[in-house]
Amino acid sequence: MRSTLVFWLKPFLARRISLFGLCVLAVIVLAALFAPWIAPYDPLSYDPIARLSPPGPEHLFGTDHYGRDTFSRVVYGARLALMIGLGVVGVALTFGVPIGIVSALFPRVGLVLMRGVDVLMAFPALLLALGLIVILGRGIENAILAVGVVYLTTTVRIVYGVSLKLREEVFVEAAVSLGAGALRIIFRHILPNLVSPLLVQASFVFAFAQLQAASLDFLGLGAPPEIPSWGNALSESRIYITRAPWLLIFPGMMIVLTAFSLNLVGDALRDRLDPRFRDTFASGKKG
Amino acid sequence: MLTYLAKRLAALLPTLLIASFIVFIFIHLIPGDPIYVLLGDQATPEQVEALRREMGLDQPILVQYALWLGRVVQGDFGTSIFFDAPVLSVILDGAETSVLLASITMVWIVVFGVPIGIISATRQGTWVDQFFSGGAMFFASVPTFWLGLYLILVFAAGLGWMPSSGYPSIFEEGGLANLRYLVLPSLALAAPNAALIVRLTRASMLDVAREDYVRTALAKGISPNRVVLKHVFRNALLAVVSAFGFTFVALVSEAVVTETVFSLPGIGRLVVQSILRRDYPVIQGVMLVIVMLYLCINLLVDLAYRWLDPRVRLT
Repeated sequence: MRSTLVFWLKPFLARRISLFGLCVLAVIVLAALFAPWIAPYDPLSYDPIARLSPPGPEHLFGTDHYGRDTFSRVVYGARLALMIGLGVVGVALTFGVPIGIVSALFPRVGLVLMRGVDVLMAFPALLLALGLIVILGRGIENAILAVGVVYLTTTVRIVYGVSLKLREEVFVEAAVSLGAGALRIIFRHILPNLVSPLLVQASFVFAFAQLQAASLDFLGLGAPPEIPSWGNALSESRIYITRAPWLLIFPGMMIVLTAFSLNLVGDALRDRLDPRFRDTFASGKKG
Repeated sequence: MLTYLAKRLAALLPTLLIASFIVFIFIHLIPGDPIYVLLGDQATPEQVEALRREMGLDQPILVQYALWLGRVVQGDFGTSIFFDAPVLSVILDGAETSVLLASITMVWIVVFGVPIGIISATRQGTWVDQFFSGGAMFFASVPTFWLGLYLILVFAAGLGWMPSSGYPSIFEEGGLANLRYLVLPSLALAAPNAALIVRLTRASMLDVAREDYVRTALAKGISPNRVVLKHVFRNALLAVVSAFGFTFVALVSEAVVTETVFSLPGIGRLVVQSILRRDYPVIQGVMLVIVMLYLCINLLVDLAYRWLDPRVRLT
């Protein structure tokens, strides 16, 4: 147990900046969990007297044009960010993993499915998401679904690629000759070997989901306007940025920090798990 | 080369058919009667009857698709509800802005992305590399619209160096000087994509640097700079070039947001406005145009790949 912990932590300890990413993520998770205790104000309550007041002891990050406390809204925004991230990763994995595995194990079905995935990849991510929003309607769940479908395609590609390689492995061949069925092959031999690449993929999808969801919010087609998401905060305060730049800086910085940290973590995990990178890691800096 | 081109075009056909079918079915998936989705609520009974016949709504869906495809091939993408004009001409109106924006952005991406990637790779592990790699990852994590708003705040509202929004055509008064309206938007749009190209260039340079022929070249006594340029970069370029199709898609995605931030009269903003106006024929038309462009660009990338890599050319 201890050795596995060391195994996972090593890439983070080797590069300080990845450790920083991990810490930022921990803070965001804590903020999301304990938002009601951390936020000094109700993120939805109006205070017309204090509208557009700059950062200070009363309001740490200032207030917006309704006099709502930006710090409290940013803290509550962490909840939505986590929800979007988990939701999108969930959608991408729940549909991506089965489609990828089935395509790899049953080439005839795979030919059709993978062609479909290729076609979906021809649509730009945001355009595809917008098209789905038009069909499904606006809302958090629909935003998750729409962005999830976008990252479904990349997930299928990865699962398909790894499964194809695994199918040719000797241990799978041995299992087949011992009479193992398709389900046993999938659950005993394919899925366990997919965990590492999927973990890396999940952290990147989580990061990109933040950016896509924020874009949808900004365009007014994501979470409903009353929800204090970081994207909504930026969208609403857009016309006040010259008078109140803090409205631009704090929620935006949170999106950047979240995505940046997730990318750092994803990179560190990949260095740990991708055998090609692991070699470079072991043999020092020069390739 | 010609046979290859013919083969590639033939392989493109099924993808094009499936993609266009997805675009076609889009209208039918929107809740409501497709007739009213296409004509809007103000449609007269005569219009409804005419469109019903034209679309063949009493026929099976595949027949409807074939009818639609027939019209599309002739350049009839339907009629915009909001503009009451052919969709194709509405899209072409936004084309100047979008094409110029994308072109200038591509220049930034190549000018910044590729050299920084090379420098990072040749100085692997040094503080220079860490600075550029860290910077690249940072910019890959920045939402385009946020960067755009920031640039407006600093360079337009604050310093007053650049206009903050809009874009008058270069064919109108002001001429080429109007391009200054696109400087900030193209920088905002370029940043995340250039960041990806930095990472990609760096990674593929390091990949190639491990090849035997690089060691051989170095062992022969060729100067390291020459090896980097002639052997490593030339081969690393392949991976970068093949990523340009992907870059195009990412660019289109982010252009939707960038054009909205800077109020540019381009195709991206047209999409957003059309969604809010429920002008579905326009959305359908833009999707179709984008997918076709993407497939064309991928074809060009493949051709460039063959031209750059003699090994692929011979097979």
